[in-house]
Amino acid sequence: MQAVSKKVLDRARELMRDGTVSRVAGWKAGEFFYDCEPALFETEESLKDLVYNRFCAANLSKFLITNDIASVADRGRTLVLLKPCDTYSFNQLLTEHRLSRDNVYILGVGCEGMCDVDRIRALGIKGITGVDESEDGKKLTVRTLYGDGEIDVDGVLVNKCETCKGKAHKIFDELISDNEEEGPRGDRFECVRELESMAPAERFAFWQKELSKCIRCNACRNACPACSCRKCVFDNNASGIASKANTDSFEEKLFHIIRAFHVAGRCTDCGECSRVCPQGIPLHLFNRKYIKDINEFYGEFAAGEEAGQRGPLISFEAGDREPNSVSDKGGD
Amino acid sequence: MPVNENVNADNGSAAEAQATETKQWKPRIVAFCCNWCSYAGADLAGSSRLSYPAEIKIIRVPCSCRVNPTFILKAFERGADGVIICGCHPGDCHYSTGNYYARRRMALLFSMLDYIGVERGRTRVEWVSAAEGARFSQVMNDFAKKISELGENVKVGDLRCRQ
Ligand code: SF4
Ligand code: SF4
Ligand code: FES
Repeated sequence: MQAVSKKVLDRARELMRDGTVSRVAGWKAGEFFYDCEPALFETEESLKDLVYNRFCAANLSKFLITNDIASVADRGRTLVLLKPCDTYSFNQLLTEHRLSRDNVYILGVGCEGMCDVDRIRALGIKGITGVDESEDGKKLTVRTLYGDGEIDVDGVLVNKCETCKGKAHKIFDELISDNEEEGPRGDRFECVRELESMAPAERFAFWQKELSKCIRCNACRNACPACSCRKCVFDNNASGIASKANTDSFEEKLFHIIRAFHVAGRCTDCGECSRVCPQGIPLHLFNRKYIKDINEFYGEFAAGEEAGQRGPLISFEAGDREPNSVSDKGGD
Repeated sequence: MPVNENVNADNGSAAEAQATETKQWKPRIVAFCCNWCSYAGADLAGSSRLSYPAEIKIIRVPCSCRVNPTFILKAFERGADGVIICGCHPGDCHYSTGNYYARRRMALLFSMLDYIGVERGRTRVEWVSAAEGARFSQVMNDFAKKISELGENVKVGDLRCRQ
């Protein structure tokens, strides 16, 4: 990944210099080198802060629309760096007319999986000062205040990367990647099946425990590329579900069911919601449930596979299953 | 449930026990009925002197697809024990396709409710035409019976909304 990273930074500088793009949407280090966050670089000079490393998990598709970066044509084109899974979100935003393709220049960047610093810390590693990668990208040498140590990348991947959807970019203008074509990793619905197989009371207890942690910070909504509405229902004070601390267990569920429902059929499973949740709530379990249901009920569908798709909730077939067939399954 | 104690305590008249229970708890059911079919079906049921349970509160909507999933959740929050949505038979929607969309939405919503562990039997979708007064009354009686069996809704609902 280090080789790719260098090429990416050089190419971004080049495109800026030759005027192909007027700004770059990329990542820069936050307080620590592993706190990489989305950033907009408007001058060639500022590009010195651009990074692309194992901690650039943030999906920049949403960043493009939150800042309305790519909607104003006369400001020139914006270079955006997109990892394979980020391109699904980009397509979805194109489908929903939230982006103008012409205003964006996509540099597809190869990815071998992003790392979660909390998972590194969970191994008991403290005082991290730097990380080096082995040649094959499978091991990390973690430099710390107390000496160096080697760990497996596989053990510290971000949740979404553990079940990577595949290394193919779905849309790009230019590609810098040394990923050999690699299909999906693992089974991303395993976690959903596990929950489904529990008794209803156990499921209820599971969600009660998880959702009562929610502090309604709305980070999940803000990071979600499918949550792209200009006016969000959760910002409407009259809706009864506006941002505020939950006063009872039902309010917690209400927010999550509504949010998951709003993105059903549009969620690309980019994993951003779970990644950004400060409370560590496994929000992907909601989204994957919907993706799994949609696949089972209405046929395989991957949001963002290509731009211009018609989503499963805005189409139908005369012979669709009846909702009661879902509620008549038995049990309590 | 106190019903059993009653049965044991006095000479055990089932009817009496039933009466005590009914006094304590009556299911509250919300029915979202499409203006063009089941709402008229309810009228027909009424004019044909067919009965349906008084606990069922009908809310008229212009089409089954007007029912936002939030309506259902909100009904539960306010203390409903069951929510039923009635629309025109597939293919007969006044707006051609509304009920087809509603059907997909509700299937997914019901599945999600099940997933988070709340009783799936508390929600239902039925297609009832304006000519089916008898069916309307049948559907409502069956649903009310089902909800009575399930008992009071405690898992989904804002307890502060209850007396
Ligand atoms: S939560 Fe719903 S209304 Fe809010 S931005 Fe997301 S999809 Fe839109
Ligand atoms: S990010 Fe987590 S804590 Fe914040 S609103 Fe979403 S689920 Fe709740
Ligand atoms: S008009 Fe009755 S369901 Fe659409």
